[in-house]
Amino acid sequence: MGTLELKQKLSGHRGRVWSVCWHPKGANLASCGEDKTIIIWGSEGLKWVTKMILTEGHSRTIRELAWSPCGNYIASASFDATTAIWDKKSGQFECNATLEGHENEVKSVNWSISGQLLATCSRDKSVWVWEVNDDEYECAAVINAHTQDVKKVRWHPHEEILASASYDNTVKLFKEDLADSDWSCVATLSSHTSTVWSLSWDKTGNRIASCSDDKTVKIWREYKPGNETGVATPNNEPVWKCICTLSGYHTRTIYDIDWCKSTGLLVTACGDDIIRVFKEDDDCDPHQPSFTMVCSMDSAHTQDVNCVQWNPVVPGQLASSSDDSFVKIWSYNE
Amino acid sequence: MGENLENINPKLYKKLDNREITAEEQDEGIADEFDAREIFDIIRNINDPEHPLTLEELNVVEHSLIEVDDKRNRVDVKFTPTIPHCSMATLIGLSIRVQLLRALPARFKVSVEISPGTHVSEAAVNKQLADKERVAAALENSMLLGVINQCLMPKD
Repeated sequence: MGTLELKQKLSGHRGRVWSVCWHPKGANLASCGEDKTIIIWGSEGLKWVTKMILTEGHSRTIRELAWSPCGNYIASASFDATTAIWDKKSGQFECNATLEGHENEVKSVNWSISGQLLATCSRDKSVWVWEVNDDEYECAAVINAHTQDVKKVRWHPHEEILASASYDNTVKLFKEDLADSDWSCVATLSSHTSTVWSLSWDKTGNRIASCSDDKTVKIWREYKPGNETGVATPNNEPVWKCICTLSGYHTRTIYDIDWCKSTGLLVTACGDDIIRVFKEDDDCDPHQPSFTMVCSMDSAHTQDVNCVQWNPVVPGQLASSSDDSFVKIWSYNE
Repeated sequence: MGENLENINPKLYKKLDNREITAEEQDEGIADEFDAREIFDIIRNINDPEHPLTLEELNVVEHSLIEVDDKRNRVDVKFTPTIPHCSMATLIGLSIRVQLLRALPARFKVSVEISPGTHVSEAAVNKQLADKERVAAALENSMLLGVINQCLMPKD
């Protein structure tokens, strides 16, 4: 069994902290929540301290934020129906663009790996793709494929393929049709029996892990046309199949999941206040993988854990946020 | 306003007697766990959104439909809409939720659901009430919060 060692408990937010996001270089962390502020944390020696507090960008809860791949921008999604883009061209982080268009709460925001595309999703059931050109943001697509509230958007680690998770119990994948530059749904991943709260791609982009209100985690795998396994691919499009379900581990809603791109470890944030870490078994069949729970941190927070994210640079370093108003930094040791 | 009501003549139920406070409960030295009766007392006097009556008087909430596990921080409340197509079911559930969120320590995980088989959209209403993100967004809506606070306002 591995252990999670608490490195530091960061206080600064008032009320629920919805989301944390690591800077791509791993030396800074940003967090946001119901107090409508974004806090940027940085390490000084061994201690994490508040570097900046961003206010006045949003009039309601900030649900999620995302650093751009270059690390120069932060996008924040808010219940006020807007997404704000912050940059520090003036030396300080300032909100220099506000993306409007969603009818109500924006739930999630994510940058593509090139930094040229931004995705947002909302309770209005739509997913929007924005094109970024010299600090101008233009809506490239409004995708109405989900039938309910969309909870999460996440780009493929290398390609311009977008995944979204919804209250309609499905995950959907979207791609641009180069013939008419229209974005359309290329796959629907159905198996969860309640809201899918979050998802995470693995480092190859061939697999997705999703987590749900149904208390399970599911692992999905892509089968391309002509695959050796013999999975049928009608319309010559890749097919996604659920190849593993982790059930019986979580006792309440699983709000977030993150698949570490360097170690391959999966971490989950659960409504039972527990952070769990799963490791893929070494000798398992890639088409029927098995995972072992290698750590279960009871009372990781005193209330629901809302978000967990592995540091993209420091292996085993983890940040979490909770309804209990705290952000915590952990270190996973095998 | 009578003609606009969905359920014009709701059936009235007898209220429970007030709870007797025992000497043990008054003793500050004894740790006192939450039980179903205490939870019932927190929500029994919530006002119905339509009628000048409490949820207890309409039998929407009942002592016997409350389960509490203090050690495991669980409070489960089932409520019974007055009629199976009641459009107020979500609002009533939300009022119960908000009242318990305000009254109970933050450690409690509160679930509020419709009594099985008593509403046509039971699953949809339960899913909505269990989604803390949508509940949080709803409570930032000042109009809706006003209506809920009205329901939670004690009379007299």
